[in-house]
Amino acid sequence: MKVRAQVGMVMNLDKCIGCHTCSVTCKQVWTNRKGTEYVWFNNVETKPGLGYPRRWEDNQHWQGGWKLDRRGRLRLRAGGQLRKLLTIFWNPDLPVIDDYYEPWTYDYHTLIDAPLSDRDPVARPQSQLTGKRMDVRWGPNWDDMLAGAPETAPHDPDLAGLQEQVRLTYERTFMFYLPRICEHCLNPSCVASCPSGAMYKREEDGIVLVDQDKCRGWRFCVSGCPYKKVYFNHHTGKAEKCTLCYPRIELGLPTVCSETCVGRIRYLGLVLYDADRVQEAASEPDEKRLLEAQLRVFLDPADPRVQEQARRDGIPDDWIDYAQRSPVYALAHRWRVALPLHPEYRTLPMVWYVPPLSPVVNALEQDGYEADPDQLFPAIDSMRIPTAYLANILAAGDSETIRQALGRLAGMRSYMRKLEVLGVRDQQAAAATALEPTEIEAMYRLLAVAKYEDRYVVPQAHSEQAQRLSELPGSCGLDFEGGPGSCGALPRPTQAVNESFMLGRRVGAGHRLVPLPMLKPGPGPGH
Amino acid sequence: MTLQEALLFVALPYASITLFIAGHVWRYRHDKFGWTSRSSQLLERRWLAWGSNLFHYGALAAIGGHVVGLLIPEQLTRAVGISEGAYHLFAAAAGTVAGLACVAGFLILIGRRAYFPRVRHTTSWTDVVVYAVLAAIIALGLIETIGFNTLGAGYNYRPTVGVWFRGLLWLHPEPQLIASAPLVYQLHATLPWILYAVWPFSRLVHAWSLPWQYLGRPYILYRRRYGLARR
Repeated sequence: MKVRAQVGMVMNLDKCIGCHTCSVTCKQVWTNRKGTEYVWFNNVETKPGLGYPRRWEDNQHWQGGWKLDRRGRLRLRAGGQLRKLLTIFWNPDLPVIDDYYEPWTYDYHTLIDAPLSDRDPVARPQSQLTGKRMDVRWGPNWDDMLAGAPETAPHDPDLAGLQEQVRLTYERTFMFYLPRICEHCLNPSCVASCPSGAMYKREEDGIVLVDQDKCRGWRFCVSGCPYKKVYFNHHTGKAEKCTLCYPRIELGLPTVCSETCVGRIRYLGLVLYDADRVQEAASEPDEKRLLEAQLRVFLDPADPRVQEQARRDGIPDDWIDYAQRSPVYALAHRWRVALPLHPEYRTLPMVWYVPPLSPVVNALEQDGYEADPDQLFPAIDSMRIPTAYLANILAAGDSETIRQALGRLAGMRSYMRKLEVLGVRDQQAAAATALEPTEIEAMYRLLAVAKYEDRYVVPQAHSEQAQRLSELPGSCGLDFEGGPGSCGALPRPTQAVNESFMLGRRVGAGHRLVPLPMLKPGPGPGH
Repeated sequence: MTLQEALLFVALPYASITLFIAGHVWRYRHDKFGWTSRSSQLLERRWLAWGSNLFHYGALAAIGGHVVGLLIPEQLTRAVGISEGAYHLFAAAAGTVAGLACVAGFLILIGRRAYFPRVRHTTSWTDVVVYAVLAAIIALGLIETIGFNTLGAGYNYRPTVGVWFRGLLWLHPEPQLIASAPLVYQLHATLPWILYAVWPFSRLVHAWSLPWQYLGRPYILYRRRYGLARR
């Protein structure tokens, strides 16, 4: 057993309102630069829909992720190391930018510069690749909220084999949102695909990053990632990807997408896992049992043997404590309501999803059922749609897994409804979820009440080592003439800073706020 | 040795080699972030499939031919029983195939760069310099291989160009040897020194990054934040 810690995420799809705030804030922080105009480390897709890049889930085509060879050994789907070197001059599996979209801006200047005229000036779209005028024919979230779905949605790879059952007529339609970031997989195929050795997984927190100084732009990570979450910066010629906002995570702060999530759907927490058994789990022969295999790789942070080994493997005590309070571990392992995205890619992804109950409710209403929570639980059993569709996304096609997760969520609603309305702790409803009443109520608090400090349980990185290195020269770099002064008085940024920024409270013991520099009002142009 | 010979066939090569080495050291130390193949496959993929593969594989074969032709002395191939005639035949045939592949690829790549505005937009001025020099070198090489050696009577460059080139490496330059070669050979031997001088400052540096180490490497790499890389 070799214990490692991983920062994981869970998204509660029932609560995603599709506002794209996560995408926009992420973009403003990370990808509002030349070369990354088309890049969204975080994006929100409407399902059913094509996704971004279009049909990314069709890995028969893109050849991302892993597969088992005839002898059951784990292999990169796109081929091994020799094959990669032979195709290095032209990667046969690389998407082109039109599979994402051609980025554009508008010639806003015409709005200001246009000569006097009878007609209002119009800012026309302009390609950010060439600077030329262009016709916008596809863009980010082009099929948002099922826009154009009669044309596009039938090509959703997750609908394969379900066309008979899913009729995309207006009355029968259903949809939900799927926010996506890098999965920071336990068995990342992008890392395995990088010939330069520029990509790596951090031992301490499992974040997958690209070393920009080592990347040589061979592009195999882009095609090797089955989620298409590594992007090619066409300006720098290097690969870039979601960093899980590691500068924030290291300070114990949630990622930008989590922090700004309006629906409060995101959860961040530690998962301890056994690094020695990752390969074995990813090699599970039966795709439908990959979920179980991955759950077996996770280690129970409350188990004293795990704790002992974790300490031996260099995991700090406070991290073990954080792991025990992890909402990610609770939702994925303890309650089993969170599921991995496309486990069949065999990368053991670490951003999991609580499947949405709402499409089921919608479909039930259309079938003449009342959306009475009490009726939901039995009704899910008779539902074939969209559980089969959800299963294609979150369970390698195994509807039973979806049914159980949805059943537990419906049971929780039923139980809580009786508790809230009638004040009764209904044992029967509790029994249906196969959870103790206290557990159901804890799950409800986490999913429905979703307090900030319960959603984001992220420990600070232990950077004492690095701190010591910078202190070595024995001098302070800040007390130069006109500088901020001696280092001794400078507090290090802490979680408290952000808490107070967000909520204006909770300045933890021993933490001081960093005062923002005040700008002196200077003489304006009119003075 | 005339002044012109000394400048073109001695001074230029050594100046170029110096710039080549110093330039690479500087680039590697100061611009690892800019060290990339600068692939434009994201912007256009169909033409690149033919252009890039033909050019790179053709160029690699041609480079291999040059290594054999310039670095291995004629006496050595004769000693192992390869006659000048047999060597000439092989060199002309293989050189023609490689050269044509390289030229076809190069033309497709240049055409692609000119035709697709997206790709044209990414072209830097160093690219233009490199393409111009490369085009001249490839054209001259093709004239030699096909014009002189395949269709013409042939010219045995090994006692002249080859000896001059090896003399440069051993610090015993003999510029009069290359000066006795036909003009096309002289030009083809001179222009690459300009390419080598530009090399470290252009995208050509990606040639040194062909990732051999990927073969046999463990797939998943881990790193510690404060410490050495570890498997």
